[in-house]
Amino acid sequence: MNSKNFELFRMLFSIVIAVLISLLVIFFLSDQPLLAIYYLLTGPFTSVRNFCNVIESMIPLIFTGTGVCIMFSANQINLATDGGFHLGGLVAATIVLQLSLPSGVNIVVALIAASVAGGLFCMIPALLKIKTEASEMVSSLMLNYLSLWFCTFILMYFLQDPSKGSASYKFPDNAELLTLISGTNVHIGLFIALIVAVLGYVFLYKTKLGYELRLTGENKDFARYSGINIVKVILLSQLIGGLIAGLGGGVEILSPIYTRFTWTSLLGYGWDAIIICTLARKNPLHTPLAALFIAYLRTGASVMARYTDVTLEIVQITQGIIILLVVAEQFLSGTRHKIIAREAKAALKEEEGVA
Amino acid sequence: MLSTIFSADFFSAILRCTTPILFAALAASVAQKSGICNMALEGIMLFCALFGVLFTSVTGNFLTGLILTMIAGGLIGMLLAFFVLNLKTDEILAAIAINLIAEGGTVLLMLAVSGDRGSSTSISSFSAPTIAIPLIKDIPVIGNLISGHNLMVYLALIAVVIMHIFLYKTPFGLKIRAVGENKNAAESVGISSRKIQYVALILSGVLASMGGFFMSGGYMNMFTTGMVSGRGYSALAASAMGGNNPIGAFAVSLLFGASQALSNVMQLTEIPYQLVQMLPYLVVLIGLGVYSYSVMKRRQSLAGK
Repeated sequence: MNSKNFELFRMLFSIVIAVLISLLVIFFLSDQPLLAIYYLLTGPFTSVRNFCNVIESMIPLIFTGTGVCIMFSANQINLATDGGFHLGGLVAATIVLQLSLPSGVNIVVALIAASVAGGLFCMIPALLKIKTEASEMVSSLMLNYLSLWFCTFILMYFLQDPSKGSASYKFPDNAELLTLISGTNVHIGLFIALIVAVLGYVFLYKTKLGYELRLTGENKDFARYSGINIVKVILLSQLIGGLIAGLGGGVEILSPIYTRFTWTSLLGYGWDAIIICTLARKNPLHTPLAALFIAYLRTGASVMARYTDVTLEIVQITQGIIILLVVAEQFLSGTRHKIIAREAKAALKEEEGVA
Repeated sequence: MLSTIFSADFFSAILRCTTPILFAALAASVAQKSGICNMALEGIMLFCALFGVLFTSVTGNFLTGLILTMIAGGLIGMLLAFFVLNLKTDEILAAIAINLIAEGGTVLLMLAVSGDRGSSTSISSFSAPTIAIPLIKDIPVIGNLISGHNLMVYLALIAVVIMHIFLYKTPFGLKIRAVGENKNAAESVGISSRKIQYVALILSGVLASMGGFFMSGGYMNMFTTGMVSGRGYSALAASAMGGNNPIGAFAVSLLFGASQALSNVMQLTEIPYQLVQMLPYLVVLIGLGVYSYSVMKRRQSLAGK
């Protein structure tokens, strides 16, 4: 094994440990642990519907994951993705409910508006940081709660269907995203998500602005002395990340999964995005794979929750442990050191042989 | 509504709302003084809110329950320290991980113990008692203001004084501040920065655990899922705005507590409930912006001379 493969090995090893710890937790909590573990690990393959569920739940994760990859690449700990996603969903729902636009046009307008709303929202912490030097982390956390209550306010006072409690009126039929596989909820949003992930990669790694963005993230002072307008770069990075998160919210609410706007608590996709970003090592191109993994785990957990006494929340524990281990630089550092030393020795020997 | 605000009851409500934020803000300031941002406060409080219910219910009295909860909080603080200091994990990501684990773990644990995933109503736990201070309670007007609060409220106020003395008047407090100011300089005079930061994070965990304990054993009398709802994050702002010192953190926590209490009162008025809910978060956001702006201006004007 060489030092390049080692990073991948370390990540897989972290995942395995995290899953094993979760299984151990299940073992202690559950009355039928073996059945629960069986469903958790194989749940997505028990039926076509369950497997399609994995694909459906990947979609929002790819959006927020890609958004966070871009935002974090500029070294801004902006956690407003959760609120941006929520707001995007509300804006899209409001547009399809309140404006009677021709079919097709309504979806496009709704998604663009959702995206813009998310983008502007996620830019607030960066603006505050630049204008007042307030910690973007704390302000973005507060903004998430503000977004939640604002959206709930709009829902209850403007969109609410009085016969349904805390749900909006039903969306018009022409406002639903196309289903790809009939009988399931796998929708065209999957393609939008994949395109966004690829575009995110191209932007971050193949364009000048993307390069400036990463440089600013790695060393702000160096970037400034190189003549990069870091204020512009930081604002744009948060705007673009937010645009993607908002779009994700819009796509999610217009997907066949929802027929009404029903979000009255934060969905946590912003937090999931951080683990996706960690697993993808801030590379948007890897987000679909990371999202697939999390979606698989979550679908397995929901199958498990349906048939046994263990609940869905076990996944949050798994995710937490994965973050802890993957980000821990010193985890397995001894082995990494040995590999690097061995490679160096081999290289040295080769040189001596040539001489 | 005005008559409600200018009453002894409202004053007591402010103290009640301030207490959890105050404990967490003290926790944030001791960690920040040692140079670490402890965002895991949210998770520690959530865990300890549940632990408080479980431990008091098992031991049958609130004091041993509180002590056990404080130990648990200290252990989570130590876990964070282990990952941040030994394994060199990014402190924010480690905190996010702990908060995620707390969010899921509390639901799992409560479900396993009580069979209910929303609240712990079926577990008979013990709350901290309210204290009537002899003699003072008989003084008109002032007696009602000073006496008759929950024990944890008094503990929080005492903790402000203790933490102030600890950080500014003891050799160990000096070491914590030295490590936070400049780790390398502190190391050069023989202070083990790792040891100091361990202690600071453990202490931070213990303080946050008391805030969590109060949430489910004083503020309310049971645990409900997600009941901390951002108080740990608000505390980070309170600590930052208070210049990371206990007295300042107390003043800002009081402001946040008052906005929370006001929002609780306003829920009874005609104003939409959802907008009222936004108030405490809005106060934190605006307060943080104004404070940071004034600090920036002051620094710039000093540098301009």
